[in-house]
Amino acid sequence: MKARLSPVVVALLWASALLWIFPLAGALLVSLRTLDDLTLRGFWSWPKEITLANYVRAWAEAGVSRYLLNSFIITLPSLLGILVLSSMAAYALVRFRFRLALPIFLLFLGFNMVPFQMLMLPVFRLANQLGVYDTYLAPILFHTAFQLGFATFVLRNFMRTIPASLFESAVVDGAGEWTIWRRIALPLMLPGLAAIATLEFTWIFNDFLWALVLLSRDELKPITTGLANLRGQYISDWPLIVAGSLLATLPTLLVFFGLQRYFIQGLTLGATKG
Amino acid sequence: MLRRPSPVPFLWLPLALYALWVVYPTLATFALAFSDWDGVSPRWNWVGLENFARLFRDPVFYQALGNNLVWAVVFLLLPTSAGLALAYLLNHPVPGERFLKVSFYLPLVLSPAVVAVVWSWIYHPQQGLINALLAAVLKGLAALGFQVDPEAAYRIGWLGDPRLALAAILGAACWRQVGYVMLLYLAGLKTLDPEVVEAALVDGATGWTLFRRIVFPLLGPITVIVVVVSTVDSLRSFDLVYVMTRGGPFHSSEVLANYMYLSAFHDYRMGYAAAIAVVLFAITFVPIAFFLGRAVKEEG
Repeated sequence: MKARLSPVVVALLWASALLWIFPLAGALLVSLRTLDDLTLRGFWSWPKEITLANYVRAWAEAGVSRYLLNSFIITLPSLLGILVLSSMAAYALVRFRFRLALPIFLLFLGFNMVPFQMLMLPVFRLANQLGVYDTYLAPILFHTAFQLGFATFVLRNFMRTIPASLFESAVVDGAGEWTIWRRIALPLMLPGLAAIATLEFTWIFNDFLWALVLLSRDELKPITTGLANLRGQYISDWPLIVAGSLLATLPTLLVFFGLQRYFIQGLTLGATKG
Repeated sequence: MLRRPSPVPFLWLPLALYALWVVYPTLATFALAFSDWDGVSPRWNWVGLENFARLFRDPVFYQALGNNLVWAVVFLLLPTSAGLALAYLLNHPVPGERFLKVSFYLPLVLSPAVVAVVWSWIYHPQQGLINALLAAVLKGLAALGFQVDPEAAYRIGWLGDPRLALAAILGAACWRQVGYVMLLYLAGLKTLDPEVVEAALVDGATGWTLFRRIVFPLLGPITVIVVVVSTVDSLRSFDLVYVMTRGGPFHSSEVLANYMYLSAFHDYRMGYAAAIAVVLFAITFVPIAFFLGRAVKEEG
């Protein structure tokens, strides 16, 4: 198993890896050159100058800074809501013995796997009826609710590994349920919460469809739908569009490299999520 | 004195939100599929099975369904085998292992919407990366004396040609998917019992035999997950198609999710779109039922 690979295989692995990052490397190169330079002299020419001008324009003039801010305004409250509510639900489903515990668990698990197309039209209508359509609140409420299924499922399985005697001794010491949830259950669920937070951050930050369905004003758009907008505006100015795309990936890349361990752990947990 | 503690204070809010935004909409789509709602008017009429009758006569629906199936077959063959091979090889000591792994799963961190925009550039006929690469290759061939025109490369419209559009989108989709499959298998390989593998090595199993007879069967549970995830992902693919081609040209890269979105928000045929969603749900129901059944069994 741990035998060394032949040098040919290692060389092939390296070649494939370079091929795999070639699109991003090429994108980076193009984003650092001016449109004139590229149109006149072609992709394979030596750049006349390396410039950050495309990034500056994408950030300020094309609205990438605004779009990114919107992404955070939508993602962070959703994330907080998911973590608090799912840890409450998971606590309730494991801590208390009641007949509906299993059906409720299966409700969370089952509807979490329903394809998003099944929700799209009624969610659009509901957002209109509640008067939140085209406000930040619409995607925040929806993401919080929709991700509860997955998060509750993962956290409940985490909670089950905590011995019940821990909770009982806290009851004997006179602690109320909210205290037990906050002081005992939450700290013990921390690894699960971290994995969920990393994964959900990426999912919500990268969401395109719900932003498309629930938001129409340009000043509210997150980076995903904003980028599509920007592409329509700067039709053939690819260096600028590519620079904007690379800026758009920065937050998720930072989270990913900072919390890689949790991200990978979460992905394995999340494999069954649709 | 001892009051029975109640789960209600912890459960009511998560459950209410879930019921309002997830459970109710899922059920409401079934009702919408039998209506002629246009997305704007406050009222609608029941039209019975009319949406479904029209859907099953709609050539675009079959085009989209066929493309979804092509997507699923490609996803099950290419990224799955490539991801498995990479995971197996990278589970050995390799110089630069970390760099190699990161290169393969980096695309996974990017939003599909961003991937779609970047690949729209890559496929651009005059300014894109692929045609620049092809032109360089053709130039090399021309220099060697072959009768080729390097400029011909710049005339290939990857996303504009109905024969190429779906394949081009699938290229971008596979680029992102390989790292995901690799990560799942790498996690699976870590849980393998090294003693089993060592026993096989002692018995003289090497290379391909070791992989095929011992390692791959032991990875069975991961393979089930990969197959289910790839199938379900293929059936709901949306972002790449919507951003790169909107299903065009002439519906050649149409998929069900995109057709549904356009029916609902461009043609204002919400009932028709809901019928597409119901058909999609029916197709994905098998893997969902499979997972739920397994969950119930695990709970005993």
